[in-house]
Amino acid sequence: MNLKFYNKSITGILTVLPAKEIKFEDEMENYNFSAAKSLKLKMAMGYNKHRIVEDGVTISDLCIHGLNHLFEKGFLKKEEIDALILVTQSPEYFMPPTSNVIQGKLGLKQDIICMDINQGCAGFEIGLFQAFMLLEQDEINKVVLLNADLLSQKVSKRDRNSNPLIGDAASVTIVKKSEKPNTIFANIKMDGTAFDALIIPAGGFKTPSSSKTAEMVEDAAGNFRSLDNLVMKGDDVFNFVQREVPPMIEQLLEKAKQTKEDVDYYMFHQPNKFMLNKLADKLEIPREKMPSNIVENFGNASGVSIPTAITFNLGEQLTKESSLICLAGFGVGLTWASILMRLEHLSFNEIINY
Amino acid sequence: MKQIVINILQEIRPEFDFTKDSNFIEGGMLDSFDIISLVTALDEQFGISIDGMDIIPDNFSTVDSIVSLLIKNGVQP
Repeated sequence: MNLKFYNKSITGILTVLPAKEIKFEDEMENYNFSAAKSLKLKMAMGYNKHRIVEDGVTISDLCIHGLNHLFEKGFLKKEEIDALILVTQSPEYFMPPTSNVIQGKLGLKQDIICMDINQGCAGFEIGLFQAFMLLEQDEINKVVLLNADLLSQKVSKRDRNSNPLIGDAASVTIVKKSEKPNTIFANIKMDGTAFDALIIPAGGFKTPSSSKTAEMVEDAAGNFRSLDNLVMKGDDVFNFVQREVPPMIEQLLEKAKQTKEDVDYYMFHQPNKFMLNKLADKLEIPREKMPSNIVENFGNASGVSIPTAITFNLGEQLTKESSLICLAGFGVGLTWASILMRLEHLSFNEIINY
Repeated sequence: MKQIVINILQEIRPEFDFTKDSNFIEGGMLDSFDIISLVTALDEQFGISIDGMDIIPDNFSTVDSIVSLLIKNGVQP
């Protein structure tokens, strides 16, 4: 599905990372493989270190920390927030929405729309779509998009398919009506027939958590996990990404009448370095235009990986300059989405620790 | 080219003999993460980038299938 949005802009991006950092080598002994093999994997996939929250920390802690930082620095005023969108797979409760919890804890006005969206790897794009649509309303002038996930708590420490790449993080993105006319091009597709390619099988209403779902079982590759843990069909996800993402980007650029060379940066979701590099090569995009350094430095925090790629790689640069950026998220759902938009003269574009 | 491929395979999984005529995938000699290590090594060795769409187990089941894959991705036979 091709989409167009008019006269909207992002005015600032903040990433909030847990201060606790774990190195790949520190967890290697958890995996059922030789050290030599694990180290080869580290090189190919870009595993190095990842950020993990301390026990008891929740997504509202990270989001509130980030929002308070923006209030204190004068980048955002509480009364300006007309909508609060939270994209997460780590809600604090099944009910109520965690965005309402955040609104209450921060004392935001009641004249506001709060909503949670259950999305992951394409969660930045889907959150932006929702923000752009809300901004069509006369009374909505500023939307705060929160992306947050703490999936380290749902990954088995003995699962080398998932544990080394998972990171925890949150981001705060301010979206508003643009002062100058612009067109934002986007597209999105979904395939729910492959819903179990990335899944936490138990814990919902279909299969409530129990002592049985908590039993650790060894898979064919030697990983140990339970039904309460995240499980990823790595091969299927890899093949899906290589098959679907390149044509999606080609179509996006064609609709926008832009060439690959016109785009300054390709900020893609980052499951691992290997997958990103293969995408860049397939699309014939120089690898330096598609940074793949988030997993190795912080881990993959699902929908937060794209805002983190922007804050980490383009930090101060985007507060002074203008860049045409192609965003693309792909994964859980399955969902794949992309956006072509200009980011320029952001009020802030930075990373803070929690 | 065949010998280079065997050498790389041997380096990735030294416990197996890749000169024998067996299916590396069905025989459990290569798993999906070995394939990633193998693709990385082949890309580097031959100065190519194997197409992501070609990274499926069937293309890594024998030395001959790997050689065919390399030729398809631009390596001169």
